[in-house]
Amino acid sequence: MVKRLLIPPALALIAPLTPAMAAEQDPFSFNMTQGVTATSYDAFNLHMLLFWVCLIIGVVVFAAMAWSLVRHRRSRGAVAAKFHESTAIEIIWTLVPALILIAIAIPATMVLVAENAQPAKPDVIVDVQGSQWKWHYKYPDQDISFFSNLATSSRDASQLGAKDQPSSAPYYLLNVDNPMVVPVGKTVQIRVTSDDVIHSWWVPQLGFKTDAIPGKINNMTFVVSKPGMYRGQCAELCGAGHAFMPIVVKAIMPAAFADWVQKEKAAAAATKADAAGPWDMKIAMAQGGKVYGSTCSACHQANGQGIKGTFPALDGMKLSVKDHIHIVVHGSKKNPAMQAYGKQLSDRDIAAVITYERNSWNNHTGDLITPKEVEAAR
Amino acid sequence: MNPTSETLMQNTAADASIGQVGHAHDDHAHHGPRKGWLRWLLTVNHKDVGTMYLVLSLVGLMVGGIMALLIRAELFEPGMQLMQPQFFNSLTTMHGLTMIFLAIMPALTGLANWMVPLQIGADDMYWPRVNNWAFWAMPVAAVILWSTFFIPGGAPAGGWTFYPPLSTTYGPESIDWMIVAIHIMGVSSFFGALNIILTILKLRTPGMKLMDMPLFTWSWLITGFLLLLAMPTLAIAATMVLSDRHWGTHFFGADGNPVMFQHIFWFFGHPEVYIMILPAFGVISEVVPAFARKPLFGRRMMIYATAAITFMSTTVWAHHMFTVGLPVWGQLFFMYSTMLISIPTGVKIFNWVATMWRGSLTFETPMLWAIAFIVLFTIGGFSGLMLADVPADYQYQDTYFVVAHIHYVLVSGALFGIFAGVYFWLPKWSGRMYNERLAQWHFWLSVISMNIAFFPMHFAGLAGMPRRIPDYAVQFTDFNMISTVGAFIFGFSQLLFIWMLIKTVRSGQPALARPWDGARGLEWVIPSPMPYHTFTTPPTDKQIHDEGPKAYE
Repeated sequence: MVKRLLIPPALALIAPLTPAMAAEQDPFSFNMTQGVTATSYDAFNLHMLLFWVCLIIGVVVFAAMAWSLVRHRRSRGAVAAKFHESTAIEIIWTLVPALILIAIAIPATMVLVAENAQPAKPDVIVDVQGSQWKWHYKYPDQDISFFSNLATSSRDASQLGAKDQPSSAPYYLLNVDNPMVVPVGKTVQIRVTSDDVIHSWWVPQLGFKTDAIPGKINNMTFVVSKPGMYRGQCAELCGAGHAFMPIVVKAIMPAAFADWVQKEKAAAAATKADAAGPWDMKIAMAQGGKVYGSTCSACHQANGQGIKGTFPALDGMKLSVKDHIHIVVHGSKKNPAMQAYGKQLSDRDIAAVITYERNSWNNHTGDLITPKEVEAAR
Repeated sequence: MNPTSETLMQNTAADASIGQVGHAHDDHAHHGPRKGWLRWLLTVNHKDVGTMYLVLSLVGLMVGGIMALLIRAELFEPGMQLMQPQFFNSLTTMHGLTMIFLAIMPALTGLANWMVPLQIGADDMYWPRVNNWAFWAMPVAAVILWSTFFIPGGAPAGGWTFYPPLSTTYGPESIDWMIVAIHIMGVSSFFGALNIILTILKLRTPGMKLMDMPLFTWSWLITGFLLLLAMPTLAIAATMVLSDRHWGTHFFGADGNPVMFQHIFWFFGHPEVYIMILPAFGVISEVVPAFARKPLFGRRMMIYATAAITFMSTTVWAHHMFTVGLPVWGQLFFMYSTMLISIPTGVKIFNWVATMWRGSLTFETPMLWAIAFIVLFTIGGFSGLMLADVPADYQYQDTYFVVAHIHYVLVSGALFGIFAGVYFWLPKWSGRMYNERLAQWHFWLSVISMNIAFFPMHFAGLAGMPRRIPDYAVQFTDFNMISTVGAFIFGFSQLLFIWMLIKTVRSGQPALARPWDGARGLEWVIPSPMPYHTFTTPPTDKQIHDEGPKAYE
């Protein structure tokens, strides 16, 4: 009866706190995920073991304390005892915790040694490179490589004073344009490094973090047991865009993976063919807008205003064409946040994005930059 | 040794310090404080310096607290509502630096300045003038650090850990000023610690054996040595960063070794967390026996445990770095050493509980803070043990689970320990009692809201929320909203603390010399209100015995 009366109002109180479940977001959870790899199962099992061990110790210690707080108070007439040491009991409460520690250290040791053993020959290798603020994936054996940027819908909704609600963006901040693709049931090795500052590659359902450190390559191996989209984030503070460089791993069946490899190769060939295709203001502006959204807007902002004191505004800039191409291709010596995009983007992309920047917002230069000009500046 | 020779020895030490401050010995014992503001600028009196440290730490707590509330306000819901991400990163960075170096550390040094000389029957610190300098360096550093918010490029934003290359090649200009501030605070802490060590070893009243010293003084003696190790290490790390930024070196760049910085930093950083908790342990070891009216259980073991923790704290640093790609044997070593440190820490918890066991307990405000400390610090200890487990840490690392852990050990640990100490000794310092009702409001509001603020962070972290992000995925909203509500209640509750302090000093009831009937220690033989100079003649053997470890027998 009491339950019936109390539960609905309680739920009504909680309801406004629970965000309306948008159609697309990861489920609400309050415990570590079990995940989809051996590493994540192990982490979960050790986590739960530790949780129960701590809980039991906590109950015992706090119960003794609570008993004392209730029974041994002066207001109940308790008179203080005189004892102040006992070698036996002190040895016991040194040894018992030591035994408990050994008991939890053994499974941890076994798991850790197993996880760090690198297999001789993984089925798929992916070179993962972090940079401010995106990930680059390269499949050396398949000759595929691409950048993975925060999805535009999330980017737009995350701007200060944005009109879009975060809940309207699918998988807000956990969504990318190009996910990393891996085959289910195959051994995947990632070799992680960074192009600038330290990042950390983390997908909770894969069960581990691997720091992306410039000048160092960290390897980790995993086998995904079940198809799906697994979402994570950079876990090491890497600057203003730290929250805005998610990781999405798409695990698909090996046959589908083979198809994907073929499709990616075909797409790469088509892009190459396109490079010889026509070039005019309309094409350049359309392509430039896309490149700007995925590569430039994280700092210079969608409205070209930049962020005062940190990232310069492009709206109303007075850069000559030559300097503009130079800074995009070679980066800025003064401000390392402005990277050398010559390494990351094609001539066509750079020509397009510079054209876009020179003809957007209040910039009306009418300059059409050609891929040739970019090639010459490299 | 007869009493006359003891007095002589004590006077020799007193003469030495008085000689330094340039007072004539004769009127030294009789005159009070200098009039006007120059008293505070020029004071070499350990009580004045202690008060100034405590006031500075209160200012630091408020400034750091405002930063925390801005952080929590931005994190109330997903999306960016109040600030740009870069400013958010500055806030997290400066919140950490402020709370560690300008709130917790000066508060503990302030407690030491007040209490160490009183507890060991010394008339002042060993180097009174160095004491004054060490204090006045701190506000200078604070102004330098906080003013970086107003220089072009903004305040440091690479985390209080200032990892390169984010804080070298990619850091704003203000990193240089942060390093200057760190150097100043480091020098201050170094000499502050040396001063405390020397005071304990050289000015301790002759009748008091080392093992008979009060636990608060003991924990500061040990912490002092840890500071002597940790502060120069931080200075080395900071100087190498400065060198990389300006003098063309490549210690920590991609062409050097960014991970090396983390090793050096955490060789400072892990002892640092024990620097912040050990003196708080000391306070708890004073408060619990006083309100249990029973001697501290396992006193000797408590001292050994503190020493053991201190030694071990220098062998666990890389547990902050389990995901940087250490060799397996390295990960195993640091997992084991980290797990081991929970044994002496556990011994301390057990001993406090055993001290309460079959005591005659009362629950005045200092005792309430001590009990909250024991329970909540233990929760922080549990999450610490979980974090030590490497395969699980691959998931926990750099998430809100870690944020929950550090706040359980630093807020409900260090800060609550400081509160326990302030309520315990405030009647002694001011000669007036605080308002018990107001104090209880402060306690209950703080302890409840602290849990509302920080407990949900465990869940957010386990659910996958990384730390140090200004914006988050929608499924983390509930936890963050609850945390923000708790944080605001906690923050505003501290205004009650300030009000309580002002009320006590202005209009509190006169306090007895020993306001807590169960409290033992030389500080309680001093009359209330306390004279400006104390123990100009050393305590008697009887006093030392009656207030020492055998007091309750």
